[in-house]
Amino acid sequence: MIKELTCICCPMGCSLKTEVNETGEVVSVTGNTCVRGENYAKTELTASVRIVTTTVLAESGKPVPVKTEEAVAKDKISDVVKSIKSVKIKLPVKMGDVIIKNVSDTGVNVISTRSVD
Amino acid sequence: MNDHSLIIIGGGPAGMAAALAAKKAGIEDLLILERDSHLGGILNQCIHNGFGLHTFKEELTGPEYAERYANMVKQEQIPYELDTMVLSVEKLKDSNKKAVTVISSKRGVQTLYAEAVILAMGCRERPRGALNIPGYRPQGVYTAGTAQKLINLEGAKIGKEVVILGSGDIGLIMARRMTLEGAHVAAVAELMPYSSGLKRNIVQCLDDYNIPLLLSHTVVDIKGKEKLEGVYIAKVDEKKQPIEETKEYYPCDTLLLSCGLIPENELSLDGGVEIDPRTNGAYVDESLETSVEGVFSCGNVLHVHDLVDFVSEESARAGESAARYILSGKRSQGKTIEVKTGYGVRYTVPCRINVENAGELTHIRFRVSGVYKNVSIVIKSGDKELLRKKSMILVPSEMVDLLLKKSMLKESGEEMTVFIEEA
Repeated sequence: MIKELTCICCPMGCSLKTEVNETGEVVSVTGNTCVRGENYAKTELTASVRIVTTTVLAESGKPVPVKTEEAVAKDKISDVVKSIKSVKIKLPVKMGDVIIKNVSDTGVNVISTRSVD
Repeated sequence: MNDHSLIIIGGGPAGMAAALAAKKAGIEDLLILERDSHLGGILNQCIHNGFGLHTFKEELTGPEYAERYANMVKQEQIPYELDTMVLSVEKLKDSNKKAVTVISSKRGVQTLYAEAVILAMGCRERPRGALNIPGYRPQGVYTAGTAQKLINLEGAKIGKEVVILGSGDIGLIMARRMTLEGAHVAAVAELMPYSSGLKRNIVQCLDDYNIPLLLSHTVVDIKGKEKLEGVYIAKVDEKKQPIEETKEYYPCDTLLLSCGLIPENELSLDGGVEIDPRTNGAYVDESLETSVEGVFSCGNVLHVHDLVDFVSEESARAGESAARYILSGKRSQGKTIEVKTGYGVRYTVPCRINVENAGELTHIRFRVSGVYKNVSIVIKSGDKELLRKKSMILVPSEMVDLLLKKSMLKESGEEMTVFIEEA
């Protein structure tokens, strides 16, 4: 299968064409101008992960910014956001406090990114 | 009580970094004035990550970056006053002191005095009024940053069907943010043939969520009288004129505008600071001193940055310069070099370098006026080439930072020109 993506390693933004076999392995990368493009394509296509940032609501209705402590699999993002949106937290919180442990079975914690009174 | 060595206007990333550097350089009597109820400025609403890779060597969210700086400010016991609006900054006629008039519930209206002032007020968004989009003024049209504030700081719900005009970073970030909040983002339209946002944001905010980026497109009409009903988007030709036949209707209840940022320089202008029309920020020299002696400028009020890390670095230099000015009194009146722009360079910061005041390394920051591939950045003074640096790619959305050695400055004549040379 041919997959196209844009390399984000530098402002060049090379358009990469990648060939992926049945087992999901990247067999070729073209369109890149340096080795970083090839590496990017391989991780992006085999184990694409993102840090998720959003807000969790306090009982008062006030939003508190949060993030996943580590990057989670890209296809888990919407589950993670749903879990975060389904809870209400008590204030105050400190920056770095764990808000949800092991969110959506990703093995990753959601932590507060701001101290809110 | 109302006399200080240094007053810093703005408690965002620029103001905090400037204050910390000034304190470190020996200024004890300084004061930060902030009009919001928190330190941190715009970072508090930028809840996404990607901040701090240069400064802290790790990827932080905006609030985390802000809180780390705010904690340092508190640790250093640097005084700051919140909910305080500065009304004017003025150099006194009979001395080098600056009068800073403020209003707050604590002080009422009061005039404070300082030997030096650092302007760190940041920037604001270009509003709809500046964009010439015809149509009514229905509810549902926001600048992207306003929407960001409403959602992230106030927990408001904005809309369900969204179109974004302008592919600046805030627009891209908000495309993802609105999607995660349950809205559907139909498209991001960009007038230029290239995005004005960072590539990583296009991938992580648009591609990840299959949001189309329509380059060379713009909103030509807004439908809806009381509430927004939809927008017409059309392709534009090389002269950026909409092509009528390509007009397409997008029903939506929300239109976000991410069409550029403007340094907020009303205070500076009123205080007699000369403004560079290319950046809408002050003309500054190598020490980031403006045309008014003892008044310095840094961060997004000087020129709009892409990365907060660069704001912090630049602002720390402003803090050091202000400290040097306060502690030594006089500035050198020696040889100055005018920094001019040539082909492909839209502006430079600084515009003027005083060679004796310059440190071992002088930063020259600039933006290019278009996309250039496989070119050289060149600095020449007369026929003498002072610097040449190859670059695979230069884009307007990424600020360039050059470092000039003092030896290069000594070789320069009274003028140097920064330009792009195509191969």
